Amino acid sequence: MSEIKFNDETLALVQSIIKRYPEGKQKSALLPLLHLAQAEFDGWLSAPVMDYVASLLNIKPIEVYEVASFYSMYNLNPVGKCLLEVCRTSSCWLRGANEIVAHIENKLGIKDGETTADGKFTLKTVECLGSCGTAPMLQIGADFHENLTFEKVDALINDWSNKTEHSKYLDNSTFRKN
Amino acid sequence: MSKKILLEHIDVPGIETLAVYREKGGYASVEKALKTMTPDAIVEEVKKSGLRGRGGAGFPTGMKWSFLAKPEGVARYLVCNADESEPGTFKDRYLMEKIPHALIEGMITSSFALGANTSYIYVRGEYFYIIKILEKAIADAYAAGWLGKNILGTGYDLDLYVQAGAGAYICGEETALLESLEGKRGNPRIKPPFPAIAGLYGCPTVVNNVETIAAVVPIVNNGGDWYAGIGIGRSTGTKLISASGHINKPGVYEIEMGITVEDFIYSDEYCGGIKNGKKLKAVVAGGSSVPILPAEMILTTANGEKRLMSYESLADGGFATGTMLGSGGFIVMDETTSIVQNLHTFARFYHHESCGQCSPCREGTGWMEKILHKILEGHGTLEDVDLLWEIQRKIEGNTICPLGDAAAWPVASAIRHFRHEFEEYVKNPSAIKDVKHYHNMHNLVTA
Ligand SMILES: Cc1cc2nc3c(=O)[nH]c(=O)nc-3n(C[C@H](O)[C@H](O)[C@H](O)COP(=O)(O)O)c2cc1C
Ligand code: SF4
Ligand code: FES
Repeated sequence: MSEIKFNDETLALVQSIIKRYPEGKQKSALLPLLHLAQAEFDGWLSAPVMDYVASLLNIKPIEVYEVASFYSMYNLNPVGKCLLEVCRTSSCWLRGANEIVAHIENKLGIKDGETTADGKFTLKTVECLGSCGTAPMLQIGADFHENLTFEKVDALINDWSNKTEHSKYLDNSTFRKN
Repeated sequence: MSKKILLEHIDVPGIETLAVYREKGGYASVEKALKTMTPDAIVEEVKKSGLRGRGGAGFPTGMKWSFLAKPEGVARYLVCNADESEPGTFKDRYLMEKIPHALIEGMITSSFALGANTSYIYVRGEYFYIIKILEKAIADAYAAGWLGKNILGTGYDLDLYVQAGAGAYICGEETALLESLEGKRGNPRIKPPFPAIAGLYGCPTVVNNVETIAAVVPIVNNGGDWYAGIGIGRSTGTKLISASGHINKPGVYEIEMGITVEDFIYSDEYCGGIKNGKKLKAVVAGGSSVPILPAEMILTTANGEKRLMSYESLADGGFATGTMLGSGGFIVMDETTSIVQNLHTFARFYHHESCGQCSPCREGTGWMEKILHKILEGHGTLEDVDLLWEIQRKIEGNTICPLGDAAAWPVASAIRHFRHEFEEYVKNPSAIKDVKHYHNMHNLVTA
């Protein structure tokens, strides 16, 4: 296994992010750093990746594990190339979220929380994503797909079947270099 | 009539850019505040305006600001709460996406009023595309001299940073948010001390919602008295309402406080009535945490008056017949909606989001979800309905943070107003099958 290390551009960004907090409060950078790590290291946080982030911030690995396990956007296990996060809370449910989930389950032959055998897709139901007025909706990486119909879902799945990169919440251009 | 203050320029092409925002008078409040006002004078105007926190609790903003401790030589912080995770709420997202500079301008003016030289905007991680928009707008504001050292040559310095959350509703609770901003799990702190005394890094801190901060801009520009003249009674100004569910026109609406609920639901200016010509069954008026009300109670108070969109009128009658304005997450349900199933989505949500520190909340939310699931699977008993009632009663008021109450109130109100529906499910489980699949299949295939 290759050495775990951010690329140089990300490392520069990491240093800039750490400067956003007062002297000695570098732990504040933990959440943004975990996001960057997940984006750079295949969409999930392995123990060695978390240890690496701990070393960058000069904190104990346990301080990283306890945070990574608390927040639902961090994946502690590998996920498919395309992570489909479908909102299932009230406003989406009122406009057909259950049917959208069932449609995806049928189409991909997996249940909520599972990954397809080819490692392409993971389905995850999530709680309200602040898109209730354009329900039903799902998120892939940073993108919100709203006012879903079965057709739209089919098109998305088609699209992603051919992609090779991981769905990501952010890249190195998301955060400003201060 | 709709009254646009925050959203006045929302439809102007390019309003998300600094140039167009400036053309429309943007950043005037910063000039006025930094060059002609003292911090205390700004706090006074905000007090006069009657502005109340738009994050859900409705606490008077000017008063909150005046509680901020100011010990010599200790940093103070302003933290904007853009966690926006209350189901049914999407107004902050709309504001940040469409007019990011309105929030940034509000942050500068407000930070100056509070004597903060570093401020943070904590945005829920799911909104990364919004974070990108904000970061760009902040970079432009720095480049134009609205942020950084010696702003407008006045000697005032301000750094503004965006922080990303990572998926946890509880981080909207202000002390959990501060923990999260310090790089920890989002466990709410025991209060006191309040953030105004010991907040971020133990320093005096004000936490305010996105909409609250944005409202400071017109208040500083036009004066507190002007703002207080808008709205009704102690519900001054305008409010952004996120409207969703079975309505013809879901979306974010800026309303003057005091319009009738009926007008809001049925007028073409707002929700445009119930979808597919169906009848109104129930409304959750202020985000998932507030009590659900049946149609007749949301439209009319116990005194038979038309209910208004204001803090006081929505709360009229207490929890027996009233609800709360909350975050303004207005979820509308038509006659075909199963109240029990809707409640199950909320119960699952609160169970998922409980931070687990207090046993009544951690265990109670789990049990409520389980019992509702059991009822929905057709195995419920009448005792289960009573047990649900007992559990919610034991959570309310017995926890560190208000998430416990927020989990209890939807259950209590659903049983209070729709007990018959729970009983029907218990007595006639086959009825459940019929409501499991929805009238919206049609829309999903063709829309
Ligand atoms: C569980 C919970 C979640 C909350 N979520 C939010 C939120 O997403 N956004 C928000 O502004 N306030 C939220 N609040 C309220 C905050 O604790 C706080 O009162 C608010 O940010 C203060 O700002 P305001 O006075 O401008 O409303 C939440 C409170 C609780 C108990
Ligand atoms: S009430 Fe619930 S969310 Fe709030 S501190 Fe207690 S366990 Fe955590
Ligand atoms: S309920 Fe699905 S986005 Fe809010």
